[in-house]
Amino acid sequence: MNREDPLVLGIETSCDETGVGIVRGRTLLANAIASSMDEHARYGGVVPEVAARAHLESMTPMIGAALAEAGVSLEDLDAIAVTSGPGLSGALMVGVGSAKALALALDKPLYAVNHLVGHVGVDVLGEEGHLEYPTIALLVSGGHTSLLLVRDLVSDVELLGETIDDAAGEAFDKVARILGLPYPGGPHIDRLAALGDPKAIRFPRGLTLPKDMAAHRYDFSFSGLKTSVARWVEKKQDAGEEVPINDVAASFREAVADVLIGKAIAACTDLGVPRLLLGGGVVANARVRSLAEERTAAAGISLRIPPLDLCTDNGAMIAALGAQLVMHGHDPSGPDFGADSTLPVTDIQVH
Amino acid sequence: MLLAIDTSAGTSVAVVDRDGGILSQVDVADTMRHAEVIGSLITAALAEAGIRPPELSGVVSGMGPGPFTGLRVGISAARTFAFALGRPLVPIASHDAVAWQHYASGATGGLLVVTDARRREVFWSAYSGVDAEGLPQRTDGPALAKPDAVPFPELTRIDAAAIPAGGLGMVAELAFAAGHPFAADEPLYLRSPDVTPSNGPKRVTR
Repeated sequence: MNREDPLVLGIETSCDETGVGIVRGRTLLANAIASSMDEHARYGGVVPEVAARAHLESMTPMIGAALAEAGVSLEDLDAIAVTSGPGLSGALMVGVGSAKALALALDKPLYAVNHLVGHVGVDVLGEEGHLEYPTIALLVSGGHTSLLLVRDLVSDVELLGETIDDAAGEAFDKVARILGLPYPGGPHIDRLAALGDPKAIRFPRGLTLPKDMAAHRYDFSFSGLKTSVARWVEKKQDAGEEVPINDVAASFREAVADVLIGKAIAACTDLGVPRLLLGGGVVANARVRSLAEERTAAAGISLRIPPLDLCTDNGAMIAALGAQLVMHGHDPSGPDFGADSTLPVTDIQVH
Repeated sequence: MLLAIDTSAGTSVAVVDRDGGILSQVDVADTMRHAEVIGSLITAALAEAGIRPPELSGVVSGMGPGPFTGLRVGISAARTFAFALGRPLVPIASHDAVAWQHYASGATGGLLVVTDARRREVFWSAYSGVDAEGLPQRTDGPALAKPDAVPFPELTRIDAAAIPAGGLGMVAELAFAAGHPFAADEPLYLRSPDVTPSNGPKRVTR
């Protein structure tokens, strides 16, 4: 196996994106993605069975698309990587079944990897500067809200905190529904928030009171915020008043961004780590990005935000993490790993 | 030479040959570990048959019916294995494997194959016998029914807890030799995703 500059194909099916990416060492060659998001829109959220059915139909077409985009053939590959978890089990299993078959048919080594660490691993790609250690990573999507301390991508990742209820992206979807906006809610709230006053309504910042900070310093909670928005909107409606939708969107967005970035900066400061990496689909939110820029600059922390198509779920990040495992001399995974919907972030590779 | 994979019940993988018959078949009955065992079973079936992947001329996939989550593991593996080798995928209804095994043992006449569909329902397929090539003739199904509403009580009934991939492979070999068209490459879910469209937000204030 080429361990210097390995050609690795990565398969990602943990949620509603069927992603197949190809990297050569630290170089991105292909990032093919099929999303079933439109099929979930009328249900107001990702439906696991709908997502899993879509993965099965998109799997081989995406492998073909990635190979074509990279201009390589299957025989050229040095290794295969696949997301083992965390994620939706039925969705993960489609990727695991496919990856095992691909590895056996081609007689290539297979690496089963952690989805969340993949979000960090994507930052090794590209020409200019990459991932430096240690770094704090804030991963925020419709399924995850996690704060990690990464001392080494392939050997030492620690979970500092995570959401104790809804993921941040989920809160955007639920508040969008309260405001009568379509799924997925993030882009719509972002658009209206730009026209509103973020200080109009003081919505609660979950787990930021001193008593909560003692036990949940790096944990998040967005369920109370969502309920608070609903109460506020219902009160206006019950009084027969017009709901200032732009102000609600702006104030809600500010509350989410404030907590996310506030806790991430606290982790950097507490632990003396002058680096913050963002990942996950919520990075698309303009306020989350701008607040991260403001506060990291003020605190002397260097901020890294990968390109958006590498922040949302994708196969390239799985390939990138797989390539790093190969380059650091790690052995392939054994033949009997499965899909683990709650795989802890400390399990960077499943053996 | 074909590799056959079925995960509509447990996990079953076989290598079959038109002239040599079933060269290998390995099974795991557990209906909750398809993703875990699929790789080792493919390796074992190929090793037992003394075959390397490039020697295969196609891959047979059991398309169900069966519980969805497990069923997809086998179809995903079969499709990808075929894609990787650049060989055709041969989709076969999983019940046909049980029917083939029944008739290959010398039985004749009508047959009803029944498998578990969970949620107190079953999947069934009805067969009239075999044609001149030895292929089971499915006359009705696969379909979904409550256990007390399964049709054709007059037929010999087999309640199958396992689907033999060897039988699946032999059906594909016989159909190919006879020049029959293959089924569409579509999973036989027979149920829509269990979900209802959103009715908008619920009030939180009482």
